[in-house]
Amino acid sequence: MNTSRMFVFKPMKSLLTKCTRATVTSGLRRLACTPSSCPRVCIVGGGPAGFYTAQHLLKAHPAIQVDIYERLPIPFGLVRFGVAPDHPEVKNVINTFTQTAQHERCSFHGNVTVGKDVSVEELQQAYHAVVLSYGAEGNRTLGVPGENLSGVYSAKDFVGWYNGLPSNKGLNPDLSSETAVILGQGNVALDVARILLSPLDVLTKTDITQPSLQALAASRVRRVLIVGRRGPLQVACTIKELREMVNLPGNRPDMLSADFQGIAEVLKDLPRPRKRLTELMMKAVQERPAGAPLTSRQWGFRFLRSPVEVLPSPDLTQTAGIRLGINRLEGSGEGARAVPTGETEDVECGMVISSIGYQSLPIDPAVPFDHHKAIIPNAMGRVQQASGLYCSGWVKRGPTGVIATTMNDSFDTARVLIKDMETGVLDVSTVKPGSHTVTPLLQKRGVNPVSFSDWEKIDAEEMKRGTAVGKPREKLLDVTEMLKTAHS
Amino acid sequence: MARCVHLQSLLSGLASRVLFSLSPRVQSGPCLLRVPGGLQSRGFGLYHVLSSTSEGSSLPEDNVTLHFVNQDGVRTTTSVTEGVSLLNVVINKKIDISGFGACDGTLACSTCHLIFEENIFEKMDSLADEEVDMLDLAYGLTKTSRLGCQVCVRKWMDGMTVRVPRDEKMASTRTQ
Repeated sequence: MNTSRMFVFKPMKSLLTKCTRATVTSGLRRLACTPSSCPRVCIVGGGPAGFYTAQHLLKAHPAIQVDIYERLPIPFGLVRFGVAPDHPEVKNVINTFTQTAQHERCSFHGNVTVGKDVSVEELQQAYHAVVLSYGAEGNRTLGVPGENLSGVYSAKDFVGWYNGLPSNKGLNPDLSSETAVILGQGNVALDVARILLSPLDVLTKTDITQPSLQALAASRVRRVLIVGRRGPLQVACTIKELREMVNLPGNRPDMLSADFQGIAEVLKDLPRPRKRLTELMMKAVQERPAGAPLTSRQWGFRFLRSPVEVLPSPDLTQTAGIRLGINRLEGSGEGARAVPTGETEDVECGMVISSIGYQSLPIDPAVPFDHHKAIIPNAMGRVQQASGLYCSGWVKRGPTGVIATTMNDSFDTARVLIKDMETGVLDVSTVKPGSHTVTPLLQKRGVNPVSFSDWEKIDAEEMKRGTAVGKPREKLLDVTEMLKTAHS
Repeated sequence: MARCVHLQSLLSGLASRVLFSLSPRVQSGPCLLRVPGGLQSRGFGLYHVLSSTSEGSSLPEDNVTLHFVNQDGVRTTTSVTEGVSLLNVVINKKIDISGFGACDGTLACSTCHLIFEENIFEKMDSLADEEVDMLDLAYGLTKTSRLGCQVCVRKWMDGMTVRVPRDEKMASTRTQ
């Protein structure tokens, strides 16, 4: 395959260079870009929401110019830093994003922090519309005593650590205890549990970072409890992730059959997705083998429990356990509420991972922000009381849903924006300079943006390093090194 | 310039598809064992590459007529070869369905969700758990929903109509 690549790509590259040189002026003239036919839109955030928004804008308008600004020197956001390393198939969306980035009317500008290097107001002066698609970089805190003890991590940081997010490079989680408790029962919680318990030979074939692979190889974690405040009928994970846990080699489920009393009777009335998910959980309860070897690792859900306090070790520095408040359910179905009973129980553990949700943060004082809902207040992607500002993805609707949810949501925002252009709600009659003023401004401020072809140099280097160790990719973990490779 | 850059994205797009078609993951598609004739032993991936070279032309094998209705209600009719997956039909025939097949047919998303006519759905093979797992996350799920990447075109499907769930929310904004 490598040989054919050389044959295909080398002539293509030279052909394209020649073509570009020859037609650069005539091409511009031919486009006859009158101010009204050349709307310029910029997107803040180079993750799935940003790329799907760009994809639809480019498809729906024949002349629109789209610039994507991203804080990191690399594109794709949570597809790279969130999707678990053992889910390479989900990362295939990168193929489509790459086609979007290489579109003639799209440019990627990495290594640009909007809100710091350039303000949203400055972007609004340079573009007809600004779409905020910067996701949810914060996480909800537990708000319980002991939260800051060593051994307590947010799932976001833990995921960022094994996925090579530069800011989580130094996390160095303590994997020396036997039991880990994960608070939250969504897909991120299950990803973390699976990475903690997966056989090493599975992980070595993925793009998990080498330092985390080494740490996991030395890990003593053998038991992972996944704790939720409500019951089995309210778990937030999806069935694919649960099935992976049930089928995880070298592991056995450790569930409590008492938690499932009365569940069989209500199964038939549940919608199909919830019914199948619950049936699979019950299968895991029944399959709990009495004489399973002690060597096997184990995982299990614990229901109707909320964290009350992280318990410290005698020297008050380390996590030694967690006190959980016992809840009862009020109401039923998806809307059931957890109500504390006042009783508690203590679970011994050396590690607590809080996976209770990501949270969007405000980006710039010029952009309205709903601190209660932690989203940008919007009506179908139009930012409220801010003409020319739009939003898509998690910052628009909150940090939930699978990638298809973000895709549809981003397409919706793009449709609304195009509609506003057509109806005149969004004024595109004036000439806007786009990156022609933003790039010099950034350079003046000492910021050196990374283009998509710069990213391709990083990509090639990472794949080269991966090949050397039998992995699909070995990620660069340091922004300075990324920039050095990009601008080499 | 415009034409050349377009060529670049076209070529790189094609190259990435060819590379991905040859990857072992995609070969686990449902059409692998059912591809007719001598192509069978070459596997689904290679077959896809071969069929993509005949893109646009109407070869004698293109003998199954299919109708697609996209999320906006727009109907497209195409003739295809027996044995290809509906995902590949949409890609090769460039049927206009937004965001279709985001995971390249690896059963990791539900974006190739299609709704079938009842009489056709009843004649199809039963669904694997993994397909239902993904369908359960699909927008606008119906009793006759399938994932396009898991459905192989058969001669008896000639004339069928498959629909993408209608985007009700956006349809209402358009009429506002």
